[in-house]
Amino acid sequence: MKTYTNPVYPYTRAADLSGAPRRWPVIVAGAGPVGLTAAIDLAQRGIDVLVLDDDNTVSVGSRAICWSKRALEILDRLGCGERLVKKGVEWNVGRIFFRDEQVFDFNLLPETGHRRPAFINLQQYWVEQFLVERLGELPHAELRWKNKVVGVTERGDDVTVKVSTPDGEYSVHADWLIVADGAKSPIRGMLVLEAEGQVFRDRFLIADIHMTSDFPTERWSWFDPPFHRNQSALLHRQADNVWRVDFQLGWEADPEEEKKPEHIMPRLKAMLGDTADFEIEWASVYTFQCRRMRSFRQGRSLFVGDAAHLVSPFGARGANSGIQDVDNLMWKLELVLKQRATLTLIDSYDVERTFAADENIRATTRSTDFITPKGKTSRIFRDAVLMLAKRHPFARRLVNAGRLSVPAVLRDSPLNTPDAANSEFEGAMIPGTPAVDAPVTGPRGDWLLAYLEGGFTLLAFGAVVPESNVAALARSPIPISVVQVGDRSTTGACVIEDPDGVLAARYDAKPGTCYLFRPDQHVCARWRAFDPARVRAALARVTGESAMVEREAA
Amino acid sequence: MLNTEPNIAASDDFYQELIDLHRDLSDEESALVNAKLILLLANHIGDAAVLREAMQAAREEVGGTPLPLGEEKG
Repeated sequence: MKTYTNPVYPYTRAADLSGAPRRWPVIVAGAGPVGLTAAIDLAQRGIDVLVLDDDNTVSVGSRAICWSKRALEILDRLGCGERLVKKGVEWNVGRIFFRDEQVFDFNLLPETGHRRPAFINLQQYWVEQFLVERLGELPHAELRWKNKVVGVTERGDDVTVKVSTPDGEYSVHADWLIVADGAKSPIRGMLVLEAEGQVFRDRFLIADIHMTSDFPTERWSWFDPPFHRNQSALLHRQADNVWRVDFQLGWEADPEEEKKPEHIMPRLKAMLGDTADFEIEWASVYTFQCRRMRSFRQGRSLFVGDAAHLVSPFGARGANSGIQDVDNLMWKLELVLKQRATLTLIDSYDVERTFAADENIRATTRSTDFITPKGKTSRIFRDAVLMLAKRHPFARRLVNAGRLSVPAVLRDSPLNTPDAANSEFEGAMIPGTPAVDAPVTGPRGDWLLAYLEGGFTLLAFGAVVPESNVAALARSPIPISVVQVGDRSTTGACVIEDPDGVLAARYDAKPGTCYLFRPDQHVCARWRAFDPARVRAALARVTGESAMVEREAA
Repeated sequence: MLNTEPNIAASDDFYQELIDLHRDLSDEESALVNAKLILLLANHIGDAAVLREAMQAAREEVGGTPLPLGEEKG
């Protein structure tokens, strides 16, 4: 490739090959974007983590290219969001073409007052490289390349992982195994587990081309274009003047033939015009599936990312949802490893993220049905929508070229404390919602999300948490830090200001309102006034302590 | 609720217009016109419950398995 050279990471002989096998709190299998994110999150929490990967480089080819606002916010917490945003390209405009004309365009119109844009585009290899480098800065992590997991056995609270290396095999033990070994997940196979769902009978060609052109930084989707009749196509810009081109090929296409430059070039020339000057960097033919494992927890093996669930690529819901899996799981693992929470907290990962996976599967299946209609009538309705969309705004809402990744609202999570009947909250921030950013001022910078990092946070509007409670919450077995909005009365809390009132508006806050956020920045509970007993009860619901108390009482 | 009582004043006129709408069209073009008509009318109606009732009524006495009874989907 012209614009990127895959790094070759050094293989070193594992000490475990000769010494006694070490026991790790957590082993992560797979150093893709999701596994690396998991390891960084754990290491930042001070938990020793071993990462095993069968390869010695990052992704070959661009693969995942669209990184969502929520994924960037999570990576901000993990110390690498800024690098992605700096390297990536931001886009807001999309255009829809049907046959030989543009039907309409749309603008994601980012709402102001958020640190991160709705999306950036960046090749997966860059993202993985940045994550590898970030992980290397953290003392609690060890990353072993060319270490392939070949066996997993579980006995009681021990997972034994058998690893194959160029110097032979060894075994290593862990309390927990994070399975992040991708769509084909060899470990899922070793444990004789399945991901159930739908396989689509269609093939897509994706190619990265290097092109210096004045094409704008936009997402262009074509349906039945003159250069690729009866199929769909997509053009999207990435970093370094690399462009992603997708061509629907149909089920009958021969993947090996289609990948050859002599087949790709005529398609590209027809699409981009004879005068376009470009080179092919990478090409691949893929099929896709929408399916998931019935449960993401199998004893002490926890499945994340593509190993747990697969979606079609329309909507950028693969890697982005994998990063959200990790965001959801790692703080729970920390609390369980430190014996501050029961195993039901780990089960809540399964409950919450299978819910999110179903949402993503539903969204991407619908996009797939629109982009690649199955059957004659389905195609007729699709074309009718596109024809109407040119003149009639209502039909534009029906055009589905991918519903772009947004985080799931975990409205039915068992960890949520429902609003009190008389609290009368308006707006979107119901319990289970990931925190929405807002511009603030304070000691940790100008964005709200930077104040909700690490552990539990109580965001209090006004000096409503007395000094003694601020101290007691900070000292409790599961510390809660208090962030106070406005009112400089000294309570020992971190004080931020809401200069434009955007924060209060987004959270429908009144003087006295308190929001309890989980370590993954989701709203856990909220009240119109501070009451330490209610805060304790909300926390006990999360840790499983309230269930234990109820059981003991029964 | 779906209104299935007579609601079009000049029903014969309407029926003729509907048939005339398809004059000189191939089966394929007609299918497209019908699809556009359904989409335009569905948007005009807007009420998901009414649309679902209409879809179920349309599917009655036609082969295949009956439609699952409607539930709100996200």
